This record gives sequence, C-alpha cells and structure tokens, in this order.
Amino acid sequence: MSTTTVEEMAEVAAPEPFWTRQRHLGLALILIGGLAAVVFGSLAPSEDARFTLSEDAAGAALSINGQFGAVLFGLLTVAAGGVLFAGLLKRWSNVFLVAGILSFLLSFLCWQVAGEFMPLVDTTDGTLELALPLILGALAGVLGERTGVVNVAIEGQFLMGAFAGALVGTMAGSVWAGLLSAAVGGVIIAAILAVMAIRYLVDQVVVGIVLNLFALGITGFLYERLMQPNAQTYNQPPQMPEWRIPGLADIPVVGPVLFEANLLVWVALVLVVVIHFGLNRTRWGLRTRAVGEHPTAADTVGIRVRGLRYLNVLLGGVVAGIGGAYFTLVATGSFTKNMTAGAGFIALAALIFGRFTPFGAFGAALFFGFAQKLATYLSAIDSPVPSQFLNMLPYLATLIAVAGLVGRVRAPAADGQPYIKG
Amino acid sequence: MTERRLAFHHPPGSVTETREIPLKLELRGITKRFGDLVANDHIDITVEPGEVHALLGENGAGKSTLMNQLYGLLQPDEGQIVVDDEPRVFKSPRDAIAAGIGMVHQHFMLVPVFTVAENIALGAEEVRGGPLGWLDRRRSRRDVIETSERYGLPVDPDALIEDLPVGAQQRVEIVKALTREVDLLILDEPTAVLTPQETEELLTVMRSLTAMGKSIVFITHKLKEVKAIADRITVIRRGQVVGTASPDTSEEELAALMVGRAVNLEVEKSPAEPGDSILKISGLVVDDDRGVRAVDGVDLEVRAGEVLGIAGVQGNGQTELVEAVMGLRDVRAGAIHLENEDLVGRSTKRILRSGVGYVPEDRSHDGVVKEFSVEENLILDMYDRAPFGNAFRIDGGAVASNARHRVEQFDIRCQSPASLVGALSGGNQQKVVVAREMSRPLRLFIASQPTRGVDVGSIEFIHSRIIHERDQGTAVLVVSSELDEVVGLADRIAVMYRGRILAIVSPDTPREEIGLLMAGITGDTPEGAK
Repeated sequence: MSTTTVEEMAEVAAPEPFWTRQRHLGLALILIGGLAAVVFGSLAPSEDARFTLSEDAAGAALSINGQFGAVLFGLLTVAAGGVLFAGLLKRWSNVFLVAGILSFLLSFLCWQVAGEFMPLVDTTDGTLELALPLILGALAGVLGERTGVVNVAIEGQFLMGAFAGALVGTMAGSVWAGLLSAAVGGVIIAAILAVMAIRYLVDQVVVGIVLNLFALGITGFLYERLMQPNAQTYNQPPQMPEWRIPGLADIPVVGPVLFEANLLVWVALVLVVVIHFGLNRTRWGLRTRAVGEHPTAADTVGIRVRGLRYLNVLLGGVVAGIGGAYFTLVATGSFTKNMTAGAGFIALAALIFGRFTPFGAFGAALFFGFAQKLATYLSAIDSPVPSQFLNMLPYLATLIAVAGLVGRVRAPAADGQPYIKG
Repeated sequence: MTERRLAFHHPPGSVTETREIPLKLELRGITKRFGDLVANDHIDITVEPGEVHALLGENGAGKSTLMNQLYGLLQPDEGQIVVDDEPRVFKSPRDAIAAGIGMVHQHFMLVPVFTVAENIALGAEEVRGGPLGWLDRRRSRRDVIETSERYGLPVDPDALIEDLPVGAQQRVEIVKALTREVDLLILDEPTAVLTPQETEELLTVMRSLTAMGKSIVFITHKLKEVKAIADRITVIRRGQVVGTASPDTSEEELAALMVGRAVNLEVEKSPAEPGDSILKISGLVVDDDRGVRAVDGVDLEVRAGEVLGIAGVQGNGQTELVEAVMGLRDVRAGAIHLENEDLVGRSTKRILRSGVGYVPEDRSHDGVVKEFSVEENLILDMYDRAPFGNAFRIDGGAVASNARHRVEQFDIRCQSPASLVGALSGGNQQKVVVAREMSRPLRLFIASQPTRGVDVGSIEFIHSRIIHERDQGTAVLVVSSELDEVVGLADRIAVMYRGRILAIVSPDTPREEIGLLMAGITGDTPEGAK
C-alpha cells in the first residue's frame, strides 16, 4: 500500500512566510511603544497624574507619577509587541494587540495628565454620550450592509431624524412625538435609498451620497425659512428626561454613567444585543445574512430577497433616525444647519472598523467617542497636542482597518450588489 | 393529493417513509422567449417515476432555461407543467419545492461562510418560535445527519462550506434538496467540476436515489455519462426537442442528434515531430488572488511541434500557471524561458509580441471586448502597428480587409465584420479570439479551456486549427478541465494537482490512471520526493 496523497506531502512542505500579520503588528507596537517611552517619557513632567472619581481635583483618585507612567506604559506596549513579534501565544494575539494599544494610550495619558487631573466619571459619561449616535448609526449600517445594501446615507438619516425630532417635538410639545417622527425622518431617507438601490438598481454609494446632500439641503432650507424666524413655535423641543435608578446609580463610575442616563442610552445598548442575537440566532438573521452573502442561493430556497432587503433597510432607517434624535432631543435643545457635522460618516467608519458586527460596531463607536471626548479634554487643559489630531483618529483607524492591519475586514459578499432575478 | 406538499418537511418521526406514489412529471408545450430569441420552443417531456431522464444538448441549447422554469426561477410564456396529472404554476422555487421538485444548480447555491447545517436549513429553518424565529440549531443538525445517513451521503453538518472540496459541496446540495423531501431532483451539469472518481460516486448516488423511488433529470452535454446512467434521453437543440433516444444509442448518433449533423469526435492528427525546446518553466511558484500558493514548484517543457496538455480538475493552479507565463500574475520564484529569453518581469504586451499566442480561459472577460466589432476585436493586439495603424491613428481600410480575410479563413459566422462581438454565439466569439491570436508569427501558442461554452461544430474547427498550428512547428500548451479534450489534442499530458505536476504521461495512458492522478493519488513512490 504505497499509495500516498499529495495532500499529506504538501502539509509537510508548506513553509510559513516570515512576515505574518502578527509580526507586522508586533513590530508596529514595538516602534510606537518605544516612541512613547522615549518621547512621552522625556516630555512628561515628573508630577502626579491623577485620575479622580469625583468631578474635581479633590476626592478619591488613582494617581501615578506622569513621567514614570509614560515610560512604564510605553515599555508595556513594547512588551506586548514583542510577544506578537516572537510569535508566542498565537491564540491570544488579539488580546496582546488590544493590551498594547491600551498601554500606548495610557502612556500618552500619563504624559498629558501629569500635573493635572482627569475626572473619570465625566470622561466615561462623555464618551458614552458622544458614542451614542455613532452606535445607533453604525447599527443602522449593520442592518443594511448585512443584507447587501450599502448605506452611506447615515449622515442624511441623522439630519432628517434630528430635524424631524426638533420640529414635531416642538409642535406637539412632546419628546415622544419628537422621537417617533425622528424615526420617520430616518425611514424617509431609507425608503428612497431602498427603492433606488433595490428597485432601480442604482449604484448604492452614489445614491447614498446624493441623499446626504439632499438631507443637508432640505433641512438647511427649512431651518432658515421656518425654524430660525419662529424658533419658539418650531425649534424648542422638549428634552429627553434622565432616568435615575435608585441604588444602582450610586455605584462609583458605572452608576452615574449607566443608571442615571437618558432613555436613548438604553435603547442603544438593548439594540446592540438584540441585533447581535437576531442576526446570529434567528430565522430572520440567517436569511438576512444569506441574502447579504449569496442572494441567488437565498432565492433558490424560496427566500424573498428584495422583500427582506426592503425590510432591513427600512429598519435601519428607524435606528438611524433615532440616532438623529440624539442631536436635538438630548445633546442640544434645538436644530441647527448641518448640526451632525459628519457624525454619520464616523458611524460608517465604526461599522467598518467593527467588521460589520453589532458588538464590533459598538466597540468601535465607543473608541471613537472616547477619542472625541479626549480631544475636548485636551483643549480644556491647554495641551500642546492639537485636538484635531484626536478628531482625525476615527478616519485613521478606519483606514488602518480597511487596509487589513487589524484582522481582515470582510464585508458581506453581495454587499452593494443589486439582485437581478433570473 | 393536493395537500401532499403543503409543509416543507414531515413532522419528526415520519421521515423514514418514502412516497407511496412516485412523482410523475410532464412538461407540455413549454415555450420561453427572451426578446426575439426563442430559448424554449414548445418542449414536451415526460419524466416517468423512478427514472433517470437525461436532457442532452449543447451549451446554449436551452436546457438550463427549461429547468429554471420547472424550478420556478423563470415563468414559461406558454405551456404547462403537470405534476401527477395536475397542472401546476410555480411562481418561485418555494412552489416547486412544495410540489416535490428539487434542483442542484451548476453553480452551487451555497453560502460560503455558512456551515453545512445552516445552508441546508436555510429557507426551511427549524425554529422554536419568538418574533424573529429563534433557530433550533440542534434539530437542524439532527435533520442533516438523518438525511445524510438515510441516503448514504456523508456530510459534516458543522463544516464551513468554503472549506469543503467541490465534491463535498455537491453532496451538501443534494442533501439540501433531499431534506426538503423532494421526489424529483434536477441535476444541472453536475459533473462539470468533478474528477472522474467523484463522477463515478455521483452516478452511484443517482442509482441508489432512483432505487428509492426518486426521479432524476440529469442535464449534461457529456455523452459517456448519459450512456452510463440514463434510462431515457431527450436531446435538445436550439430550444427544440429533436429526438429521444435510449441509452444504447451510440455516442456518434447522440452527438449527431445534438449538433444536427455527423460529428467527428476524434481529433485527427498525425504523430508529433517535436523539435527544440521552446518554453521552459523551472521551479515556478505563483500565488492566487488571496495570496495562497497556487503553483508550487512547477517544471515544464514544451517543444516546437508538440502539444503539451495540462489535465486537472479546475482550481488546481492551472489558471495561475498560465497567467504567470503570460505576465498577468507575479512570479514568486522560479524561471520562465521562451527559448533563450527570460519572460519573468516582462509586460504581457512584450510577451505577446515575442511570438506568444494566448487564448484566455474566460472569454467574455479577457478574450474579447463584447462592445467592440469583430473587426476591432481582431486587431486588439496589433492596433498600434503596421499595417493597422501607428501611435496616432488606425487605418480603417486595413482593419476591414484583415477582418474580411480572417472571417473567411476561420469560418466566423457573423452578419458582417462590423457587427458587435457580443451578438455572436460563444463558438464564433472563440473563433475570433483564436483567429486574432494565430495571426501573428508564433513560437508558442497557449490555449486555456479553448472550447468552453463552444458548440460541437466549432470545437471540431478549433481543435483542427490547434493541430494545424502544431504542425507548423509552434509549441502548443493546452489547459483544459475536460479530460477528453486534453487526451484528444495532446502529445504529452501533464497532470496538475494542488499546484504541482504529479506526472507527465502519454495520451494512451488509461483514463482511470489519469483520473486517479487528477485526484492527487499517485500509484508509486511520492512524486514530490524528487
């Protein structure tokens, strides 16, 4: 029995190339870690960096010598990079990657906060609040893209939602009426996108861009003609109430952030979980993913491809519209022209950075929210680092993600392709 | 009888019983038009219960269109589908499945990133309820295992489709149809992607399915398989039924029915008179689009005046090998020499102009520009050279006279040389490619899948031109996944498997032996050991 299959031989022979993804990432971490230890360490004053649990400089705090911290965390980044580069513990490579990036961030913070203080509650709270529209926007994107429809009109859905929320909220004098019409605003944009993309097979990215411009134009026009002259009657929506859950709200840091928050925070968190399990564990989700990956296969087993796409894009419109309500019913008390200022595009970035999954998008949105919060913090303490650098972060991170450095981003196979029957 | 198929699956526990009355299918006067083209012209076919009914016809004869109507993907313009003496209308595959008809498509309808069980469950999911339908994954898995055991079709419910070889994917497709309790199975060109051994296995599966009372419609253009398995044969040509035959009809007669005239199935050629070595490939290593090694250390030599055929199941590195030679793909290691010239790193244009003719495997993507006329397609390689033009202009007169000449010489059937290539049949498009590539003085001619999607008449013609080119002293490299074609054309056959040449054999080698090599099984000491 000397029969041998080539498969067996190939397994012995196949050499692994030296420059694996792990090694690239490891090298990058070693470089930025070294840079952090040297540059941040030498720039940081030898004073305490205090991370306080209260709103001011007093009170309980975690503190560390800024210079020592900057060097320490820089070296930790190098260590994490070293593990990756040496090819050790491959199963945990993503953990080391995240640990490396976090310690780089901490090194940076030690430098910046040295001699100052950073209120943790305020930072976390601000992060979540800034991330809130991003989470909802990215979830809207997940719904569309997993079913095969690219949605770059999240920005437009935000604007329509924000506008409709402010207008109807003021006129009806009810924040709930505002929230409902914000969802309707998002659905209007989604419906145009769906009809153009699914029925008329128009290029989805082009439609999305046009819809963004359309939303910007129409809300801007109505704002100037209608809202600005009569702000009292049209542009003073009631605000979403904060709900305080007694007991839980007294837990340090987590309590005030989660249990003394407005309703939208909970809507967003619940939606992340619902969409995650919906996509992965239900019939609706299985069919949605099938339609996004291989619509013809779905069609041949009797799934209505177009119907499901319509449904999911419209659901996405609801979610994005609610995200838009954040701007007028939570963040500020009124609508202004182009008030979303590109948040929809950052949400899109979060969607891609989060690899088209609900939890991934959630994590990415939090990360981007943190970057924005940090930018305002830095300008408040007169940091020499321009806040624009941090505002750049979402786009930079997305570029890195799309370039395939942090794990392969694989979009659904049929994403953006119209389905033509037969 | 009408309630027979309202549910997608039987309630658990009743799955072991088979149908009492086997399904009988009649197609009556089915007609389907696409614009002016009549794809199906009043087709009548009866499939008796428990038989394998072969639908034989050339590519483009209308077989798939007919079956897509039967499966509810298309709706007939005229005619009736009658199941068990009851006329039915199938608006979607859902209706067809409910009537007991299942289909395994030529291009598998499987989601690559799903597991086997997910793919099989899709569209007929087991759910525990809930607003979105909470999936019962344990029951889905169990259903798969049950069906797989009942019909003797081993599949792993937890494997991802993209990790499975084609043969296994096809089993998944069959199991998918069978879990839906269908009684008539349409197999659309099921053997196109299989090795000879896998084909044998499939035929065995088909036999056992009919023994269990299922009917099978087997669509193919391969005569040998038809003769091996079919109980009855219906031949379709240009959208019409041109005859029925029994399996003991000879291959020649079947081919003549299919094409409409007598066909010479053998490639006529004299023994080769090989000369000097023209193409020499050594230690070639090439990656595919995903960066996975596709060609893994190939050594080959093609001599003047001989045809070297590369046999192998599609996807074993043949495409990448040829693309590397043509300068269309980066070479990771190794050397490619055309006589004394090093081709590695040369642009494709320079390679073509060093005397290499190339028929790419994907005609419509790489072979012709469909929106261009026949004339223009015939000079795509020489448009900036005398006599057709220079860097600034193209000489329309020279282009037109060249086209008139080539159209006649290569028997290209078109309304005029100015008509668009997209309007031509597959065979005539391929003749345009062959004509263009043979118009330059050649040292090497490479043809990838030279007759894929080409009618039998044109196949004959293209084969004879390839042999003619060989007899002029050109070195010829032919890559084909049709073993018959390789055996017919080649003077030596290299069998490629997983990026390596397993062996170089003579075309007289028994087919079973070549088939085993194509499946990666070498009879003696491992070849890679060197």
